[in-house]
Amino acid sequence: MTDFETFLLDGRPVRFTRGQTILEAALAAGHYIPNLCHHPEFRPHGSCKLCTVKVNGRLGAACTVKAMPGQEVASDTPELNGTRRVLLQMLFVEGSHFCPGCEKSGACKLQALAYDLEMLTPHFEHFYPSRPIDASHPDVLIDFNRCIMCELCVRASREVDGKNVFALAGRGTASHVVINSASGKLVDTDFALSDKAAHVCPVGAILPKRVGFAVPIGERLYDVDSISTQAEKRVGEEV
Amino acid sequence: MFRLETAENPQTLRRIAIDPVTRVEGHGKVTLLMDDANHIHQVRLHIVEFRGFEVFIEGRPYWEVPVTVQRLCGICPVSHHLAAVKAMDLIAGFGPLPATAEKLRRLMHYGQIVQSHAVHFFHLASPDLLLGFDSEPTRRNIVGVAQDFPEIAKQGVLLRKFGQEAIRHTAGKRIHGTGAIPGGMNKGLTQAERDEMRRDIDQMIEWALGAVHMVAALHRTKPEFYNHFGEFESSMMGLVDADGALDFYHGGLRALAADGSTIFDHVDYGTYEEVLQEEAKSWSYMKFPHIRSLGAETGWYKVGPLARVQVASRLTTPLAEIERKKMMQLGGGKPVMGTLFYHWARLIEALHACELIRDLLDDPDILGKDLMADRGERRDEAVGVIEAPRGTLFHHYRVDENDQVTFCNLIVSTTNNNQAMNEAIRSVATKYLDGREVTEGLLNHIEVAIRAYDPCLSCATHALGQMPLEVDLVDADGTLVQRARRNMREAR
Repeated sequence: MTDFETFLLDGRPVRFTRGQTILEAALAAGHYIPNLCHHPEFRPHGSCKLCTVKVNGRLGAACTVKAMPGQEVASDTPELNGTRRVLLQMLFVEGSHFCPGCEKSGACKLQALAYDLEMLTPHFEHFYPSRPIDASHPDVLIDFNRCIMCELCVRASREVDGKNVFALAGRGTASHVVINSASGKLVDTDFALSDKAAHVCPVGAILPKRVGFAVPIGERLYDVDSISTQAEKRVGEEV
Repeated sequence: MFRLETAENPQTLRRIAIDPVTRVEGHGKVTLLMDDANHIHQVRLHIVEFRGFEVFIEGRPYWEVPVTVQRLCGICPVSHHLAAVKAMDLIAGFGPLPATAEKLRRLMHYGQIVQSHAVHFFHLASPDLLLGFDSEPTRRNIVGVAQDFPEIAKQGVLLRKFGQEAIRHTAGKRIHGTGAIPGGMNKGLTQAERDEMRRDIDQMIEWALGAVHMVAALHRTKPEFYNHFGEFESSMMGLVDADGALDFYHGGLRALAADGSTIFDHVDYGTYEEVLQEEAKSWSYMKFPHIRSLGAETGWYKVGPLARVQVASRLTTPLAEIERKKMMQLGGGKPVMGTLFYHWARLIEALHACELIRDLLDDPDILGKDLMADRGERRDEAVGVIEAPRGTLFHHYRVDENDQVTFCNLIVSTTNNNQAMNEAIRSVATKYLDGREVTEGLLNHIEVAIRAYDPCLSCATHALGQMPLEVDLVDADGTLVQRARRNMREAR
C-alpha cells in the first residue's frame, strides 16, 4: 500500500494528489503534454484543445479532466500529435502569424509548439485576416492579428487585476477579443503595464511597447531548450 | 526620352526577351526590339517581381521595422536592418551610440559587405570572367568554375562563410538576425567569437587581395575590351566621412559628375529629398531616381562599388587604398566608366572590408559591454542611410504618437542604378548586337553588363500604388470597352 495515487501516462506511472487535473499532475511529474491556454495561476479553460488526451480510450482535455487512480492516459501518440498539428495549423491560418517579423519569436508558445510537434507547413489556406493594431495605450500594444483567443488576458484582467479590460465577442470564426471601453481602444481603459493581463499572452498579441527584440537570438525562452524539454526539466515545480 | 528606351514603331519590330536574367538576385527580364536588319531600336531592363514593403510596413510599431523590413532580401538583409535601425535610433530619441555598439554594427555591416561581394563575384560573375562570356552555357556557372578553378571557388565559398560568421556573431543568425535594436545592440561579442574571427581574418585579407589581383590581371589580358565594355558617362554617388574617405556605415552624401567634378558634397542624408527625386515609369516596378538639380534626363547616377571607390577621396585601409589607386590610374585623371570595372572595385571593397574587420577585432572596444545609448527626445520622422553592398540605401520613416509607422520610403541601392543599368545594356546592345545575328553568347553580353551591377531586383520593387498603369478592356472585335488609368500623368 502506498501513500500516493497514480495513473498511467503513455504507460508510465504518474503520481497525483486528489483534485489535480491530468495536465497538472503530468507537468508536475516532468511529463509534457502540449498545451496553449493552460496557465498554472488560472482555472482550467479547455479552449485550445491542444492538451487533448485519451483517458481510458475517450478523448478529453487534460487540463479539465481530473486525475483518477488507475486511469490509462495516452498522450504522446502519432494519432494525438497529428490532431494537435492540425489544431496548430488552424490557429496559424486563422490569424496572421508572421514569425519572421514578430518580436515574440523565440518566446512564443504557439511557435514553440509548432516546432515541438514538427508542424512543417500551415497546410490549410490562410485566412489572411487584416485586424487593426491597437497601439493607443502608451505602454502596451495589441496586435489582434496574432490573437489565438486563449482568453488568458480576459481571465487575468478579471480574476487578478479586477478590471475586466478584455472580453470575447462574436461567434464561431467571427469570435474575437474586444476591449471594454466606449471607444473600444485600450487607452480608454484603466489597463496598466503592471497588470497581470499585460504579461500572460502566450503569443505576440499583447506586448510591452518599445522593448521588442531586446533579447538576442540564442538567449530567448525557447532557443536553448524546446518547450517540451523545458517542461520536463521543471519537475516538481508548480506548472 | 532616353536613347533606345522607346521605339517609335514597336509593332513593326521583332522582340527578343532575356527572361529571366540569370545569376542576379531577384527576377528581371530584358527586352530588345530589332528590325529585319537586326538593328536595335529599343532596350529595356524590366523588373517583373513586386514586393511593396513600403506600404505593408505602415501601421507596424517602429521597433519591429528593422527586423521586418530586412526580410525583403536574403542576400544583404543586414543593410536594410541597419538602415532601418539608424532611422529608428532617431525616432526613438536615442543619442549617439556607445563606441562598442557602433563598432559591433560596423562589424556586422563589414561582414555583410564581404559575404555579399564574395557571393556576387565568385558565384555569379566569375563564370563569365573566368570561363568566357560565350563559353558553353551549361558550364558557365559556379560548378564550372569549381571544376576548372577549384582553389578560386574554394576561396569564394570560405570568404562568404567568414562574412556570414561575422554577421552571426553580431546579429545572432547568418541571415535575418536581430542584433541591432533602436538605441544600440542586443548582443555583445564574446572573447571566443572575437578570437575565432581573428584567427581567420589574415587569410581572408590574403584571399581578397588575391582576388583583386586576379581581376586586375584579367583587365591586362584585353585592356581595350575590359576598359570600354558597357562604357558610358554618368554621375556617381556615395557616402563619405568628414575627411572624404569612404564610409560604409555612416557619412554625408557626395556626388561627382563624370569628369570628376563635385555636384554636391557632405550632404546630410536626412535632407536627401532636397538633392534627389524619384520617378516611376509604366514598364517597370522599379523607380528611377535622379539628382534633382540636374533633372531626370541628365541627373541619373551610379552607386555601388565603382561609384563609391571613385567618389571617395581615399580608403582608410592601406592595402585597399593601394589597389584603388592602381585601378583609378587607368582613368588618366578622370573616373573610369567601363561597366566591368565594377568587379574590380567590388573586390577592392571586399579587401577594404576585410581590413576594417581586422582593425575592429584588434580594437578593445569590440568586447565592451556598453551596448545601449541614452534615450532623449522622440522624433516623428527620420532617415537612415547606409552604403549597402550594391550602393547607397535610403530608409525614410514617419512614426505617429502611438509608435506606429505612418510613412515609409525606401530608395534601394539597385533602384539608384536603374537608369545606369539600362544605359549599360543599351551600350552593349549597340556595340555588340546591333546589325548582327543574335546568338546566346551575344545575349549573355547583355546579362554580363547587368550582372556587373550586382542588382538585387527583389529589393528594389516597392512602388506600390505609384507605378503608372493603363488597363484596356476590349471586346472580341478589338473594340475598346473600357480603359482604366492610374498615375499615367508621370508615365513615360
